[in-house]
Amino acid sequence: MPGPIRGEVEKAKNFKVAITRMIKELKPFYIPSFFATLFASIGSIIAIITPNKLSELTDEITNGLTGQMNFDAVWSIVIVVAILFVTSLVFEIIEAFLMTDVSNNFARLLRTQISEKINRLPLKFFDNHQTGDTLSRVTNDVDSVAQSLNESLSTLVSAITLLVGVIIMMFVTNGVMAITSIISGLIGFFFVFIVLKRSQKYFTMRQRELGNLNSHIEEIYSGLNVVRAYNGKKESDQEFDKLNKKVYDANRKSQFLSGLMPPMMGFIGNLGYVAVCVVGAIMVMNHAITFGSIIAFIIYVRMFTSPLSQIAQALNYLQLSAAASERVFEFLDTKEMPDQKDATMHLDKDKVKGKIEFKNVKFGYKKDQLIIKDFSASIKPGQKIAIVGPTGAGKTTMVNLLMKFYDIKSGSISIDDVPINKLTRENVHELFTMVLQDTWLFSGTIKENIVYNRTHISDARVKEVCDTIGLTHFIKTLPHGFNSEISENESVSAGQRQLLTIARGMVEDAPFLILDEATSNVDTRTEELVQKAMDKLMQGRTSFIIAHRLSTIKNADLILVMKDGNIVESGKHKELIEKNGFYAELYNSQFQNA
Amino acid sequence: MFKLLKNLKKRDVLLFLVVVAGICFQVWLDLKLPDYMSEITRLVQTEGNEFSAIIYNGAMMMACAFGSLAGAFLVGYLTANISASFSKNVRKTLFSKVENLGMAEIKKFSVASLITRTTNDITQVQMFLAMGMQMLIKAPITAVWAVTKILNKSWEWSTATAVTVVILLSIVVAIMVIVIPRFKIIQKLTDRLNDVTRENLTGIRVVRAFNAERYEEKKFKKANDDLTDTQIFVQRMLSILSPTIFFFMHSITVVIYVIGTYLISDADQMGKLTIFSNMVVFSSYAMQVIMSFLMLAFTFMMVPRAQVSAVRINEVLDTDLSIKEGKQDIKQTAETGTVEFKNVSFKYPDAEEYILENISFKAEKGQTIAFIGSTGSGKSTLINLIPRFYDATEGEVLVDDVNVKDYTFESLYNKLGYIPQKAVMFSGTVSSNVGFGDNGKGKISPEKIVNAIKVAQGEAFVKKLDKTYFAHIAQGGTNVSGGQKQRLAIARAIARDPEIYIFDDSFSALDYKTDATLRKALKAHTKNATSLIVAQRIGTIMNADQILVLDQGKCVGQGTHFELLKTCPVYRQIAESQLAPEELQKGGK
Repeated sequence: MPGPIRGEVEKAKNFKVAITRMIKELKPFYIPSFFATLFASIGSIIAIITPNKLSELTDEITNGLTGQMNFDAVWSIVIVVAILFVTSLVFEIIEAFLMTDVSNNFARLLRTQISEKINRLPLKFFDNHQTGDTLSRVTNDVDSVAQSLNESLSTLVSAITLLVGVIIMMFVTNGVMAITSIISGLIGFFFVFIVLKRSQKYFTMRQRELGNLNSHIEEIYSGLNVVRAYNGKKESDQEFDKLNKKVYDANRKSQFLSGLMPPMMGFIGNLGYVAVCVVGAIMVMNHAITFGSIIAFIIYVRMFTSPLSQIAQALNYLQLSAAASERVFEFLDTKEMPDQKDATMHLDKDKVKGKIEFKNVKFGYKKDQLIIKDFSASIKPGQKIAIVGPTGAGKTTMVNLLMKFYDIKSGSISIDDVPINKLTRENVHELFTMVLQDTWLFSGTIKENIVYNRTHISDARVKEVCDTIGLTHFIKTLPHGFNSEISENESVSAGQRQLLTIARGMVEDAPFLILDEATSNVDTRTEELVQKAMDKLMQGRTSFIIAHRLSTIKNADLILVMKDGNIVESGKHKELIEKNGFYAELYNSQFQNA
Repeated sequence: MFKLLKNLKKRDVLLFLVVVAGICFQVWLDLKLPDYMSEITRLVQTEGNEFSAIIYNGAMMMACAFGSLAGAFLVGYLTANISASFSKNVRKTLFSKVENLGMAEIKKFSVASLITRTTNDITQVQMFLAMGMQMLIKAPITAVWAVTKILNKSWEWSTATAVTVVILLSIVVAIMVIVIPRFKIIQKLTDRLNDVTRENLTGIRVVRAFNAERYEEKKFKKANDDLTDTQIFVQRMLSILSPTIFFFMHSITVVIYVIGTYLISDADQMGKLTIFSNMVVFSSYAMQVIMSFLMLAFTFMMVPRAQVSAVRINEVLDTDLSIKEGKQDIKQTAETGTVEFKNVSFKYPDAEEYILENISFKAEKGQTIAFIGSTGSGKSTLINLIPRFYDATEGEVLVDDVNVKDYTFESLYNKLGYIPQKAVMFSGTVSSNVGFGDNGKGKISPEKIVNAIKVAQGEAFVKKLDKTYFAHIAQGGTNVSGGQKQRLAIARAIARDPEIYIFDDSFSALDYKTDATLRKALKAHTKNATSLIVAQRIGTIMNADQILVLDQGKCVGQGTHFELLKTCPVYRQIAESQLAPEELQKGGK
C-alpha cells in the first residue's frame, strides 16, 4: 500500500555529510541493521523465485488439461511454494521488528543525548535560541530521523535486490518478454514520476498556505478582545478569506494529484498485463514459450514497477532524514561549557561565613560590548544588598555572574576570599538559594515541587516551611493537600506560585540568598505576606535583592543603583535620597502628579 | 459527522452524486477487465485462434483500464474539490462563530483548543472526506459486485476466498484493537516528553542553581523510555500487517489453483478448459474482493479519529452566543463620555458565587476613575463589562446614558479605547499595529499614528528601529520588549481618538518613570476623554477623580485618595504596603 506523499521534502544542506554522520552515529546498531538488510534481501530473493514456481504449477495444470493430472507433481510444487511463502513471511516480520528496534532505539539515544546536552550548554546559548526550536529538535526532528530511517533503509535494500533480481529472472526466462515488461513498466513509471513531482510542489504550497492561515487564526483568536473592541473584524475577515481561498486552491490541487497515485499504479499494472499477454500470446502460438511463462511475467511486471516507486519514495525519506538529522547534530555539536580543571578548591556550605568581594569586574554578553564596566564592592557577612535600576540596566547580569552562569571577562569575584573560578559550578550553586521572577513550577505534586531534587528533606520540614510563609492554608484547600498535582491552567495563582518557589528555596539552608524580582508577579497585599516570608529567609544570610518596587528594598544595607550596565550610585536609601541623583529620580517618579 | 456534512453546499452535494456515479462506472470497468483477461487466457490456450482476436481483447482490456483511469481522474478531481470546498466553508463558519463568542465561552474552550479546532480538526475531517469518502463508496460496491461475479463459479473457490477474508479481517481488526488505543497513549507520552524538556529549558536557571541536572535527566529518561517502548510495541504490531496481508493474498492464488487441479481432473474434456479459464479469472476477482474488504476495514479505522474532530467542531458551532448584538446604530446620544454602572452584579452562568456584587458609580466626561484591589477582586471583570466581553448578570451598564446592550458592536466600540492587561501585537508593522481596526471615522492617518506613538512615549524606541514606523513586528510581538509592546498597545488606543479609555492594568509592564511621563502626556492629549484605570500601583491611581476599592467582588471604598486613606482600611493597607506614610501625602487628590 503506497501511502500518500505528505508534506514538503526538505533538502539537507549537505546530504553526503549528513548521511555519513548518521551512519557513524548508528554504530551501536550495526549488527541488527546488518541482519535486517540481510533478511530483507532474502525476502526479495524468495519473492523473485516464487513466480517461477507458480509458472511451473500452471504448466502442470495445463498439461493436465489434455491428459492425466499429475497430482504428485502439483503437490510437490505447492509444498515448495508454501515453504517459500512462510519463510518469506517470517523473514519479513523479523526484519521489520529489527528495523523498528533499530530506528526507535536510535531515536531514544538521540533524545538522551539532547537532554544531557541541554545541561552542558552555557546559558548564553539559551539567550539566543528559542525554547520552541530546541523542543522541536527533541521531538519532531528526532521522530523524522527515526521514521524515515525505518522507512528507507531496509526498503532501499530490499527494493534494489528485488529490482535487480527481477530483471535477471526476466531475462533468464525470456529476453523478448523481459524487454516488453521493462518498457511498459518504465513508460508507466515515467508518468507516475511526473505526477509525483507536481504533487510535491502543491504539497509544499499547501503546507505553506496552511501555515499562513493557521498563524492568522492563532493571532486573531489570541487577540480577540482587541480585534473586537477596535472593530477589527472586517480587516481580519478579509485577510482570513484571502488566506482561506489560497489554502482551498492548494488543497484541492495537492489532494487531486496525490489521489491519482493508486489508480495510476493500477493502470500501469494493467498496461503491463496487456503487453505481456499480447506479446506472450504471439510467442505461445509460435511455441516460443509456455503459458506458464506468461503467468510468471504477469507477476514480474508488477514486481518491476513497485520497487521503482519504492526506491523513489525511500530516497525521499532519506532526504528528509538527512535534513532532520542535520538539525539534531547541529545541536549536539554546539560548544559546551568549559571544563572545570581549575576548580581545585571547595567551600563547605555549613562553614561559609558569607563574605563576598567583587574586584574590578568586567563583563559583556557580546565580545565587543561591556555590560559591567569595572565593578568593585565588598560585602560583609549577613548584609542585605539591593540592586535597582530601570529595565535593561544589567541587574540580572550581576546575579548571572555571582552564580557562575557566565564567566567574567576580567577582575575577580570571591566568596570568603576564595575566587569563584577556583570553585566548581556545582559548589557555587550549593552555596546559594535563588528565587526568580518567573515562577517556575513543573508538572508534579506540590511536594515534589518543593522538595525538588533533594532527597534528604523530610515531610515535616516541608510543612514547617509552608507554615512559615503562610502557604499551609492554601495547600489544605487543595483536594489532595501536599500531594495535589500542579498543572498548567490550575487554580494556582501567580502569588501562590511565587510562594511555592520561595518554599522550594527555603527548605534547605544555604549561606547566600538571591531574590531576582521575586515579588513582581504578586499584588501588593500578597507581596507583604511574601515579604515577611522573605525577611525570615534573609535572617543571618548575605542576600541580594533585585526589585522593581522600590518599597521592598528601603531597609537594605547597601543599594547598588545600575544604569546602562554601570553602578552609578551606591549607598543606603537615605543617603541616596539626600544625594538627589538617579535613585531619587527613580524613587520619586512613583508619586509624580499626572 | 453527518451533522457537520450539512455544511456541504448544494453544488457540492450534486457533485457528490456525480462522484458516486463515477465510482460505479469505475468499478464496472474494473470488474469488466478480468472478463477480457480470461478471454485472452482462453485464446492463448486454445490452438488455431485468430491473432486479431487477442489484439481485440487486449485493446478492449486497455480501453477498460483507460476508462477506469479516466473515471479515477474525474472522481479524484471532484472529491478533491468537494473536500477542499467543504473545509473552506466550515473553517469560515467556525472562524466567524469564534469571533462572536463571548469571553466566558472562549474561556470555557480555551484559546489553544479553539485554534486546534479551527485548524487541525478541520484538516482531519477534510482528510477523511478526501480519502475515506471514495473508499467508503468504492469498497462495498466492488466487494458486492465482485462477489456476485464469482459466486456461481464454484463453491469450493468461494469458500476458500471467504475463509481468507475472514482470517485477514480478524487479524487486521485484532491488531487495530491493540494498536489504536495506544496511539492516544503515545500522544500523551509525547506531550509528557515535551513537557519535561520544556520545563528543563524554561527553568534552566533554576535547574542549574539547584544542581538538579541529574534529576531532570532522570525524569527525561523515564519519559523517553516510556515513549520509545510503547512506540516500539505499536510499530512492531503494525509491521506485522503488511507481510501478513501479502502472505494471504499470494496464498489464495495457490489455494485456488490447487482446488482447480482437482476440479479440472474431475471434469469432462469440454469442461476442463472452461474451468481453467474460470480459475485464472477467479483468482483475480478473489484479489479484488479481499482488497476491497481490507480497504473497508482501514477506512473504518479512520472514522473514529475524524469523528472526534467532527464532534469538537460541532461543539463550538452549537454553542449559544451569550452576548447578543444590539439593534441600534446609535450616533447621537444625550451625553458624551460618560460611563455609569447601576447596581451591577456579575457571575458566570453556571457559577454560584458572584464575581461582582452591586457595583454603582458614574464617570463624567473627562474624569478619571480608578479601580484597585488584590488579584481576584474582580476589577478586570468589572472593566470588561463595558466592551461587552461579558454581560452584567444584574443591573445596567450605561455608556453615554444608553445601555451597552442596545448598541451595535460597531457603534459601541467606536466610542471606546480599550487596552488589555497583556498587550496584543499582530504580525505586520508598527504602523499597521497602531492603526489597527476601524473607528468609524475613516482610515487612521499616518500623522495620527506618529502622534499617538509620541504620546505613548514610544517615539524614542520606534525611531531606533530599523525602518522606524514601518519596522516589522513579529507575531505576538516577540521582537519587541514587554514595555515597548505595552506602549504600542496604548498608542493604538490613542490613535482611535475614543471618548472613553479603558486601561486594564496596562501600565504594569512600564517602569515607574515611563508610567508617570506617559500618563502626564496622555492627560494633556486627552483633556476631554474619560479614563477608567485598573492598576496595582498606588502611584498610578492616586490622582484619580474617583477610586473604587474592590475586595472579593464588593466595593469596599469609593472616593478620592485622601478620603480613602481616612475611611477605607483595605485601601490604606494596600497603600502602606507600597509607600511610606509621608510619601502617601505627596500626591493624590
